[in-house]
Amino acid sequence: MSDTEQQSCPRKIFLSRDTTSLALGAEQVADRIRASEKHRGEDIEIVRTGSRGLFWLEPMIEVDTAAGRVAYGPLPIDQLDETIESLLDADCLAGDKRHPLCLGLTEAIPYLAKQQRFSFSRVGVIDPLSLADYQQHGGLAGLHLALTMSAGDILAVVSDSGLRGRGGAAFPTGIKWQTVHDVDSEQKYIVCNADEGDSGSFADRMLMEGDPFSLIEGMIIAGIAVGAQQGYIYLREEYPNAHSILKQAIASAEAQQLLGNNILGSSKHFQLELRLAAGAYICGEETALLESLEGKRGMVRAKPPLPAISGLFGKPTVVNNVLTLAAIAGILTRGAAYYRDYGIGRSRGTLPFQLSGNIKYPGLIELAFGPSLRTLLEDFGGGTYSGRPMRSVQVGGPLGAYLPAAQWDIALDYEAFSQHNAVLGHGGIVVFDDSVDMAEQARFSMEFCRIESCGKCTPCRIGSTRGVELIDKICTDGCSANNMNLLEDLCDTMTHGSLCAMGGMTPIPVQSALQHFAEDFSKQGEQDD
Amino acid sequence: MIKHWDPSAIDYETDYGTPAPQPEYSPEYAELPEVSLFIDGNSLKVPAGSSVMRAAALAGISIPKLCASDNLQAFGSCRLCLVEIEGRKGYPASCTTPVENGMRILTESGKLAALRRNVMELYISDHPLDCLTCPSNGDCELQDMATAVDLTEVRYGYDGKNHLQAEQDRSNPYFTFDPSKCIVCSRCVRACEEVQGTFALGIDGRGFDSKIVAGQKQSFMASDCVSCGACVQTCPTAALIDNAIIEHGQPQRSVVTTCAYCGVGCAFKAEMKGNQLLRMTPYKGGPANRGHSCVKGRFALGYASHPDRVTEPMIRDNINQAWRTVSWDEAVNFAADRLRTIQQQHGRRSIGGITSSRCSNEETYLVQKMVRAAFGNNNVDTCARVCHSPTGYGLKQTLGESAGTQDFDSVEKADVIVVIGANPTDGHPVFASRLRKRLREGAQLIVADPRQIDLLNSVHVASTLHLPLRPGTNVAFINAIAHVIISEGLEDDAFIAQRCETDAYREWKSFISDAKHSPQASAAITGINADDLRQAARRYANAGNGAIYYGLGVTEHSQGSTMVMGIANLAMLTGNIGRAGVGVNPLRGQNNVQGSCDMGSFPHELPGYRAIGDDSVRAQFESVWGVELDPEPGFRITNMLNEAVAGRYKGLYCQGEDIAQSDPNTQHVQAALRNLDCLIVQDIFLNETAKFAHVFLPGSSFLEKDGTFTNAERRISPVRKVIEPLGGKADWEATMALSNALGYPMNYQHPAEIMAEIASLTPTFAGVSYQRLEQQGSIQWPCNQDAPGGTAVMHETEFVRGLGKFVVTEYLPTSEKVTRRFPLLLTTGRILSQYNVGAQTRRTDNMQWHPQDILDIHQHDAEDRGIVDGDKVEISSRAGATVLTARITEQLQPGVVYTTFHHPESGANVITTDNSDWATNCPEYKVTAVQINKVTEESAWQQDFQQFSSKQQALLKDKLSS
Repeated sequence: MSDTEQQSCPRKIFLSRDTTSLALGAEQVADRIRASEKHRGEDIEIVRTGSRGLFWLEPMIEVDTAAGRVAYGPLPIDQLDETIESLLDADCLAGDKRHPLCLGLTEAIPYLAKQQRFSFSRVGVIDPLSLADYQQHGGLAGLHLALTMSAGDILAVVSDSGLRGRGGAAFPTGIKWQTVHDVDSEQKYIVCNADEGDSGSFADRMLMEGDPFSLIEGMIIAGIAVGAQQGYIYLREEYPNAHSILKQAIASAEAQQLLGNNILGSSKHFQLELRLAAGAYICGEETALLESLEGKRGMVRAKPPLPAISGLFGKPTVVNNVLTLAAIAGILTRGAAYYRDYGIGRSRGTLPFQLSGNIKYPGLIELAFGPSLRTLLEDFGGGTYSGRPMRSVQVGGPLGAYLPAAQWDIALDYEAFSQHNAVLGHGGIVVFDDSVDMAEQARFSMEFCRIESCGKCTPCRIGSTRGVELIDKICTDGCSANNMNLLEDLCDTMTHGSLCAMGGMTPIPVQSALQHFAEDFSKQGEQDD
Repeated sequence: MIKHWDPSAIDYETDYGTPAPQPEYSPEYAELPEVSLFIDGNSLKVPAGSSVMRAAALAGISIPKLCASDNLQAFGSCRLCLVEIEGRKGYPASCTTPVENGMRILTESGKLAALRRNVMELYISDHPLDCLTCPSNGDCELQDMATAVDLTEVRYGYDGKNHLQAEQDRSNPYFTFDPSKCIVCSRCVRACEEVQGTFALGIDGRGFDSKIVAGQKQSFMASDCVSCGACVQTCPTAALIDNAIIEHGQPQRSVVTTCAYCGVGCAFKAEMKGNQLLRMTPYKGGPANRGHSCVKGRFALGYASHPDRVTEPMIRDNINQAWRTVSWDEAVNFAADRLRTIQQQHGRRSIGGITSSRCSNEETYLVQKMVRAAFGNNNVDTCARVCHSPTGYGLKQTLGESAGTQDFDSVEKADVIVVIGANPTDGHPVFASRLRKRLREGAQLIVADPRQIDLLNSVHVASTLHLPLRPGTNVAFINAIAHVIISEGLEDDAFIAQRCETDAYREWKSFISDAKHSPQASAAITGINADDLRQAARRYANAGNGAIYYGLGVTEHSQGSTMVMGIANLAMLTGNIGRAGVGVNPLRGQNNVQGSCDMGSFPHELPGYRAIGDDSVRAQFESVWGVELDPEPGFRITNMLNEAVAGRYKGLYCQGEDIAQSDPNTQHVQAALRNLDCLIVQDIFLNETAKFAHVFLPGSSFLEKDGTFTNAERRISPVRKVIEPLGGKADWEATMALSNALGYPMNYQHPAEIMAEIASLTPTFAGVSYQRLEQQGSIQWPCNQDAPGGTAVMHETEFVRGLGKFVVTEYLPTSEKVTRRFPLLLTTGRILSQYNVGAQTRRTDNMQWHPQDILDIHQHDAEDRGIVDGDKVEISSRAGATVLTARITEQLQPGVVYTTFHHPESGANVITTDNSDWATNCPEYKVTAVQINKVTEESAWQQDFQQFSSKQQALLKDKLSS
């Protein structure tokens, strides 16, 4: 590139606008760059992207070079002025790698390089609100294909891909869609469950903030496949940034005839509405979500009827997680076999794991199913943040099991986890070091259920309250046989008696804590003895 | 052996847990296929769509349950009803699991027992341990289930978080809400939604903090609750419980009987402790109400044992004398002597009787028999004169039978429901609940009424259309609807050609095609927007099933009969007659107004609507009654009153009706009553009419006698005696005594004998007997050889008169018009908590809802007159004036004012005039031209009323015992 060319076009800095990035200071970085731009008289374009998911390196900026993007980070917030100036002085905009904060080519950073990014391939790369950017990076190819395919063919591809619901239940998406497709009804719905409420879970948000069109495209394709013309995104109320991005993305999709009548000039129609959730964990349960979407109190419905047969307003409804729907366009573009070739056993494709808690390198790691949990914790996570020994890991949200070191070699696979009374869930992984009190964590699991229970079924409504009380009692009075039998009975009653997974799975973390960390429960008892 | 499901084997005392499955909608409503399955090794077949719980219950296997009840959709919250199903994971709830072919279900196992016991243990860990002192002790599902699951201890102890200190809500006079006993099963909330349709209850908070709240966290009384009792009825614990049970304990026995309030005719269980009626609970076996109730039938019972009951016969020579209590013999002899004397002096036709629509069929029959056989004339009439006489006339002319065409179940299959001049949520609340349920299922509602009635504000109703017509313009409205149907070619030609008289139709069609009936032309008369009217006509004509329900807003007009015929025309025109889901349905006012009409309470008709002038008919009655009958029709009530004022009519036997309050132009009625030489009033209270009486015979409440009532769907339902008559005689016995005193012998030992006589003389009742009533529970007439089990839907293959007859319905404006002197139109109606003249409900705690009649006036008219909410206003018409308190409302259109007539001191009928229906003399209550003025004191009439009333009360109080 010649000097004249360099001066004639503005030089670009890529900076994430993801919620986590903002929390780490990305907005201050942007402000500072703009200030420098002014006083230095330089012409710099800041492109706001999603996050690459390398949170320990953020705030991080990237610049384009012929070899690819080069990253700098983490930028120290308390020395931002000097850092930005020094970066600009060092001609970081040209990709000069000599600056101490230079991380080299972004995609060569091992944390990223070792991933198998499928659904997140564009996240952190593109401007989430630029449809042109989206298309340049392969977006809309799936939709264009879908518009030429029969519903049956789309359903076949989805089935063959082996894609399963990414919300946690891992129900085969193809079967769900086929069921909705097969019900004879003039009105059907596609509902995206974006009420991401699991502790340690942030992939849905990152995707919606980083690549919203992939979700929209997936929903349109779902609509075409099952014969639905109306979609809803039920978005977690506590995600204002995602809300604003999705709102703009939907508006621009409408303006570009991606949404509305006669999509891209075809005879297909699809309307999409964004709804803010009611601020309750239980509204992430699909039937409670539907109640809430209907404007009612978020209470779990008994199944049957399945939502696929009688869902929103009693009509056949696909309820899918954000990640499920966001994978669709890619699957269509690259073919069922491409996706299916990733993974092991019945767990096909990739899962974007979310690593957080007491961990050195927290972030988003999209991998094919199969490697061990330990790979994530050690190879990616690099041990605890505190530097103390790692003791316990909760996988799959607040209803997931606490796994001791002995179980960290389990393969990341739905079936392997379930064999160990654990769940992979939505792929959220929260790490604890050896200072954790697992009795306290078990209590917290019951407490979480107590706070979030919708109150409909008895085991969950009363059981969770009694559970908290009982664990308190165990912690003060000790693990007498009576107390432990009662807790076991309570857990059994909640597991087998609850109406939905909220009450039904609450015993998982409790019992795993009891089973693997029994010593934490008898501390008080021992002192009394 | 395979057990087949037998629909007739349903036991209404059993709760099957979930409702019977309903077939998917189709024009034919096909039968449900059967599904075979095994429960605990028993092979059985049940209708598809049944829940496992219901299937088990049908097989006599009861699965523990708390949140399920067979009048509510399955909810799946209590988790006691878990079962094991071969080949399925886990323990599905039997209430929410539908049966499938070949399913093998286990309802008992060690694991299930443990799960159920553990769930129950959780319940009891947050429940007071006061069973022995709890009012529900012995009638508590929680208690029953704790026993059923063998709960012996609560290992959690009782120190945990709980609701035991939750505060009671005692705001409602009839029931108490004690949240400490609540198990949050949501049955009350669901009953309020699914059964009653009011949506007054909800759950506040979540998880352990979930609690039942009324309205916006208000007290029950302050909320939208209409006190129907559905929540109390379904509550499985003592959380919602009748105050009567708290005060008096559990009932010892119950008797199924029929409510004595409105024409819906709900079946109730009268629950007794000794001779005390504790409460009335709706009976699921009653097809009219299907287990539902309203605030009147469920709770307003106190009148039956009220101290105001007069329980001894009384006589006096004139109305300025104190009453003298006498024996029954003395009273009836006194009455008989006077009546005979009057006849000697003034002729045979100078006396007559009024039958009661509150009394039983048998009693009504006896009164008309006595008038015809013992009085020797046909001067017998009934209160139907002032309510639904145009229905009888209009439907007879067009369809051939003086009754509604459907049963109430029919509304469950209606697609477009037209309500004309009726206010079902207040007047027929249990039917309104059934109607609203259908609306929530998607049926469309069209209301033609001057007022924005509450039905229009029903919850979760997608399509409502209100046609706010001006009072008195019904016929112009119905003609315009028919005009649209004809002009747009929406009529059912095949039905008309096959089922109706061709010539009459041709004549009617040319009449209705005239442009003067067009929506635009009639808009000037009715005030209904032409587009709305067209919309209504199209919806009704194009409905799969279009059903019309109407009330007194149709009949109580100078063209009441014309309007009824207009409605029948419309139903025939669109083929909306002769099957379930359609029809012409009068909502009849009183418990037995249909029956009193059926029983020959008209001066021109013998029982079964047979003309007195018909020699062969008369001959039948003469041979059984053993007397010669007068072939000349007698006086209607209006004639009686006019003749009395003129001094030619001198004696009246009035059973269970209060014409001094209920009939129009009160001052005219009072003048007539004052002119009588012998007024015999038979009632349970010293009512307004009795204040003018010479003989008072104590009446018996519906609890004190056997008999039958016939409701608006022609359903004859048994009324059963639960206590002895307070006055010593049931009403039929009193009539017998009077007849015997008059020298015409009657000697029935039981009302069953009277019914046997009715059946022998009335072709439509030929198959009715007490024996059949016992077997079937109730019977819809016609019941005879052709229809031995009765008739749910009439005119199925042909009309009772053969071919249906279109009748030309020319609109003639009423003479009751607004003028400069009387620029507003008054229309009248009822309110939920009070019943008609209020004799019963005013003597109950229902007074808390409606202590006085109020004048509703539109903001616009109020402002013109400087009236604000709560002002005293005088309403004056050409007939009289009275003073009420005003309420500003937008339920009305400007130019129309509205009041109820439940309180005698209101004098609503002082204002109404003597205008009446051209064919039947049904008074035009619904249109009176009035003026409203702000005043400071009561009207002259009211002052006179107070004076007269207190004098009469004193004469009762000072009664002499002989």
